[in-house]
Amino acid sequence: MRLRTLTYSYPDQSGHFGPYGGIYMAETLIPAVEELRREYLRYRDDPEFKAEFAYELKHYVGRPSPIYHAKRLSEHLGGAQIYLKREDLNHTGAHKVNNAIGQALLAKRMGKKRVIAETGAGMHGVATATVAARFGMECIVYMGADDIQRQAPNVFRMKLLGATVVPVESGSKTLKDACNEAIRDWVTNVETTFYIFGTAAGPHPYPMMVRDFQCVIGNEAKVQMPELIGRQPDAVIACVGGGSNAIGLFHPYIEETSVAIIGVEAGGHGVATGKHAAPLTGDAKVGVLHGNKVYLMQDENGQIIETHSISAGLDYPGVGPEHCLLKDMGRAQYVAANDDEALAAFDALCRYEGIIPALESSHALAHAMKIAPGMAKDKVLLVNLSGRGDKDMNTVARIKGITL
Amino acid sequence: MNRIQATLDNLKAQGRKALIPFITAGDPALDKTVPLMHGLVEAGADIIELGVPFSDPMADGPTIQRASERALKNGMSLRGVLEMVAEFRKTDAATPVVLMGYGNPIEAMGWETFASRCAEVGVDGALTVDFPPEESHEAFEHLQRHDIAPIFLLAPTTDEARIERVAKLARGYVYYVSLKGVTGAGNLDLAAIADKMPQLRKHIRLPIGVGFGIRDGETARKIADIADAVVIGSRIVQEIEHSAPEAVVANVKHFVAGVRAALDK
Ligand SMILES: Cc1ncc(COP(=O)(O)O)c(C=O)c1O
Repeated sequence: MRLRTLTYSYPDQSGHFGPYGGIYMAETLIPAVEELRREYLRYRDDPEFKAEFAYELKHYVGRPSPIYHAKRLSEHLGGAQIYLKREDLNHTGAHKVNNAIGQALLAKRMGKKRVIAETGAGMHGVATATVAARFGMECIVYMGADDIQRQAPNVFRMKLLGATVVPVESGSKTLKDACNEAIRDWVTNVETTFYIFGTAAGPHPYPMMVRDFQCVIGNEAKVQMPELIGRQPDAVIACVGGGSNAIGLFHPYIEETSVAIIGVEAGGHGVATGKHAAPLTGDAKVGVLHGNKVYLMQDENGQIIETHSISAGLDYPGVGPEHCLLKDMGRAQYVAANDDEALAAFDALCRYEGIIPALESSHALAHAMKIAPGMAKDKVLLVNLSGRGDKDMNTVARIKGITL
Repeated sequence: MNRIQATLDNLKAQGRKALIPFITAGDPALDKTVPLMHGLVEAGADIIELGVPFSDPMADGPTIQRASERALKNGMSLRGVLEMVAEFRKTDAATPVVLMGYGNPIEAMGWETFASRCAEVGVDGALTVDFPPEESHEAFEHLQRHDIAPIFLLAPTTDEARIERVAKLARGYVYYVSLKGVTGAGNLDLAAIADKMPQLRKHIRLPIGVGFGIRDGETARKIADIADAVVIGSRIVQEIEHSAPEAVVANVKHFVAGVRAALDK
């Protein structure tokens, strides 16, 4: 049943999205997240802060990002029209910079001169290294040793930008382990350090704050779509790792109940194989990791299990709390696209549109390509093209058996 | 009466300080944990903190991370830890045991099952690193129903209002984390700890243990001058890591006995 009207206001005062979210952190960091919450709420509606954020987004990032009608691809598919929100055209090549700038501006106001970040695909690391250079801050980026292999060009970019990249050798050597290590750094250096968290998850206020900064995506789209087609799209579609590009597009559409919301998780080798990174689609149990209560991939003993995805940015066992709530409410639908489907979408966008997408974004596109042929030609799907694929050249070449 | 309170009251009456060693259950091998627990008691431990290994120990430094990894590789689980405590209780009915770890394994088991199993096997307290008071309401109800003491951490960053809040909820003892950092870090600041004590004592009637960064008898002795209990973790885990399997219990006993002697001096 489709909801007709909906009023929606989350999180609550204590940082919960229904049963999800919260501040599940070690005591040493509780005062730090509390300070962050206080400071964020203080600046959130401050005209000067908002003006500076808007200025940076316009002049440094290059916003608004355009929406592009992928006509040849849509014709080829023979059904619904696919439109792309071009976050790949942002400075640094992904949506991540929207949030990194917002948090850096807050760090500046809080007098913190040292910023740290975790990164999976390296896009958030690059965005953080970029804004740290822009604002003259020391920057340390934690990155899983496996991801350093997968995303070598981004590692070099971060170093060029003056950041220190610390390889994380523990656990599965991917994004979740990079998070663990960044949290350990934060515990140790809490007074001098601002943790620029890269996705709409973690302890309150991060899920709310990251969402707010990323909402520029959906807010722009809501203005751009009527300009382009005279109405809002029939569905908005985005890939979901931790969920920041997705919630940024989705949130402004939550109360617009005529617009379907579809989040696409990483299906890896297939959700049925267990080798995936799709907690929402794969019926994961609810659990606690990295400061919040969310759907979480774990074994029967509550140990976090290793995830599998071709894209480092989606290779994470949890998902932000707001997506968990939207799933339970039935307001958003969550599906998965497998590695090979994402690769096929990657190829298709290269060949039909001359756009090389990030492997993460290719998951969202893959689902759009799956459903478009079964829809009427006047239906419109808006896909968040969250990033560009330059960073993925090594991964894709390896899969195709090519040595660069 | 809960074993923790009985033990700490008793020590207080004697004018002695509590020694609380930490080991990770299942490290270095499943069949070493119960012998290690008995060994700790023989060497002078008053309360045992038994670590429940977790795949993502965010508040721990490399030493305890490795212990967790070894334990998980050995097949350790929360269920298994509870069985170990049952085994330990067959020959030791007096020494309090506190489980220390992260919340998710308990969430997966369910708090009611966890708390009732704790009561059954003889666990006395539970310390969940990533469950601050703000998120512990449900956990509390179940722990309280089964008289399992919720043990809380306080940190150098904790302000007075929070100390007051934790003071109301805590049972057993309160664990003051003596440094900003993960377990096993070496930057302990004795003067800073001493400075914080009056603020803690103002609100906390329970005994206060201090841990994180205590590596030898001498430091333990100095901590004991200002606190009621000394918690030692990473240094013992290191002893375990560096010992041959057949020597592990003897080596740990030797180290802990040394700290005990320093404390009682
Ligand atoms: C281009 C791109 N899209 C999506 C993601 C996934 O993150 P999120 O779900 O927070 O948008 C990443 C993460 O690294 C990314 O680089």
